[in-house]
Amino acid sequence: MNKENVLRVSDITMQFGGVVAVNNFSMEVNKGEIIGLIGPNGAGKTTAFNCITGVYAPTNGQIEFDGNVIISNYPKRKMAKIYKGENMGKYNRVIAPTPDKITKLGIARTFQNIRLFSQLSVFDNVLIAKHLHAKQNVFSATFRINHKEEKRMREETMALLEEQGLEKYKDDVSTSLPYGLQRRLEIARALATNPSLLLLDEPAAGMNPQESDELMEFIGQIRDKYNLSIFLIEHHMQLVMGICERIYVLDHGIKIAEGNPSEIQSNHKVIEAYLGVDE
Amino acid sequence: MTKQKKWLLSCIVIAVFLALVYFLEGIIPSYSNWSMLFTVLEKGSIYALVAVSMNLVNGFTGLFSLGQAGFMLIGAYAYAVFTIPVAQRAAVYQYFDGGLIQFTIPVFFAILLAGIVAAIFAFLIGLPVLRLKSDYLAIATLGFAEIIRAIFQWNALGPITNGSNLLRKFATYQSALFPIIACGICIAIICLLINSSYGRAFKAIREDEIAAEAMGINLFKHKQLSFVISSFFAGIGGALLAMFQTTIQASAFKAAMTYEFLLIVVIGGMGSITGSIIASFLFIACREWWLRFLDSELYIGDFQVPLLRAGFRNVVFSVVIMIIVLFYRKGIMGTREFSWNGLLRWFKNLPGNIRSIPGRLKRKNKKEAQINE
Ligand SMILES: Nc1ncnc2c1ncn2[C@@H]1O[C@H](COP(=O)(O)OP(=O)(O)OP(=O)(O)O)[C@@H](O)[C@H]1O
Ligand SMILES: [Mg+2]
Repeated sequence: MNKENVLRVSDITMQFGGVVAVNNFSMEVNKGEIIGLIGPNGAGKTTAFNCITGVYAPTNGQIEFDGNVIISNYPKRKMAKIYKGENMGKYNRVIAPTPDKITKLGIARTFQNIRLFSQLSVFDNVLIAKHLHAKQNVFSATFRINHKEEKRMREETMALLEEQGLEKYKDDVSTSLPYGLQRRLEIARALATNPSLLLLDEPAAGMNPQESDELMEFIGQIRDKYNLSIFLIEHHMQLVMGICERIYVLDHGIKIAEGNPSEIQSNHKVIEAYLGVDE
Repeated sequence: MTKQKKWLLSCIVIAVFLALVYFLEGIIPSYSNWSMLFTVLEKGSIYALVAVSMNLVNGFTGLFSLGQAGFMLIGAYAYAVFTIPVAQRAAVYQYFDGGLIQFTIPVFFAILLAGIVAAIFAFLIGLPVLRLKSDYLAIATLGFAEIIRAIFQWNALGPITNGSNLLRKFATYQSALFPIIACGICIAIICLLINSSYGRAFKAIREDEIAAEAMGINLFKHKQLSFVISSFFAGIGGALLAMFQTTIQASAFKAAMTYEFLLIVVIGGMGSITGSIIASFLFIACREWWLRFLDSELYIGDFQVPLLRAGFRNVVFSVVIMIIVLFYRKGIMGTREFSWNGLLRWFKNLPGNIRSIPGRLKRKNKKEAQINE
């Protein structure tokens, strides 16, 4: 493939004590692609997201973003003894940034169980995400020395809300919104950090078919508008098959299949994993 | 109301208030019972500043810090040590040959220094502790405050701190306007901070650390910032308290003092500056003035009014606090702030609200009864 590579995950293993949540997982996202990650409950999808976004330092493996290694780790000391994955010895660097650094680089995310700033207004929820790239320090911000910057942040936030059709709710408490709009708001908030890669963790969860159809369209739109690459976890098969160019399938932390929607739909392993057929 | 009008109104109210204080100070003699008003205004302002600074960390950033008394102590000592006139040092440091430091610095800089020294201590404590979960901060700051109190009473440091003896004769203020204006400026700065981009980041951390971090907010950096700024103002509060009291002693800055501020913050509303200010003045007014009579025995003819005796004030005080905590769980203000429009609305709704109190109580009791079933 000679498309521009945005995200490359290599041999990621995440082990919690003896539990291997993600086992030797590799994948990549190219520029402008919409990629899906599916798998039964507890397959390790969210854990994979958490590794990419710096919430967990993976036990082993490496993640590259825009050609730079942003996360890398290998099992050491106690972990080396209980490590159950493969590929030991291939990695020998430790790069473990906190999630805010990852966001700064241009990877934004939403959460499976919506995590809005619940007591704050819809407007403030998005405005907070603008803090990250603001050119200011505590002193200049407190004493309003550079109030153009604050004005710019507010204008950009307002523009984003208008675009997402959330402007009429701007002063409402974020958690008072209907469920579907809360998910929209979370996406708007993620977009406010100016990402180039957007990770969506079950964006259609709890939505009715009509809402999830709308969401599907919406995801395509924001991809084009913001030049994004999108990587999403989803259980709604219709949505995944409808918009994803490629799909990865996890089961018990192990990648059991990858390919385009029609390949995945006809893959035996995938059908078995979902229907729970024994080998 | 337009924005300009509100500004104008606020400025007028502040100016009238300050003029009134100035005027009353001229006519109320210090032996009159009404001179208590100034105690309340002065001490209330200082308490308001410290309570607001505590609210910044506990109410706005969602951390649990219990170090306020410790930072005040540092501020109070930093201020006092550097403003005792050289000529008086022999008398103050009588057990330590007049002490080590033989110079003074101007009051303004001494107050600033008080804040800076407190902030430096906060920075150092924050380095290890703020990376841990919030509960550790409470333990660490409480421990720190106790240790600081012991260190400042330690005789080996006597040439600087005067050991366990009083520090006195340092520069104080003449007019009640001084602490009112000083605290007003400091609180205004904290307000500006809270309404800035950084203040929003603090609130985001309070609401959800994981989401805040995912939005690119560096948790450690912002917690440290909030904690250091809070301690800076607690230090200034300490310096002003020293000026108010005219003498200070490390042994007075006990954990109980921190709990007073915690109480004020909770009663006023975690996350409301207005609440902290109102609660501070109410707290000081009740404790120093309005409930004072409860402590003195009262005779009507030969009849001694029962219960009124030394210590009874604290009983009543505790009951009042319990009532507030029971009926206003979110504090007086919740997370709301003062606004002119809000005040107007409050006055408009007041008659209706008073009429509906019996109904609300009934409903509340019914609900509680249902829950108990
Ligand atoms: N912090 C943790 N500590 C221990 N075990 C964990 C932790 N996080 C996840 N796990 C385990 O890892 C496994 C994968 O969980 P994960 O949340 O990634 O699944 P998922 O694919 O997102 O499932 P779902 O579709 O239900 O969201 C589960 O067995 C879970 O119990
Ligand atoms: Mg999940």
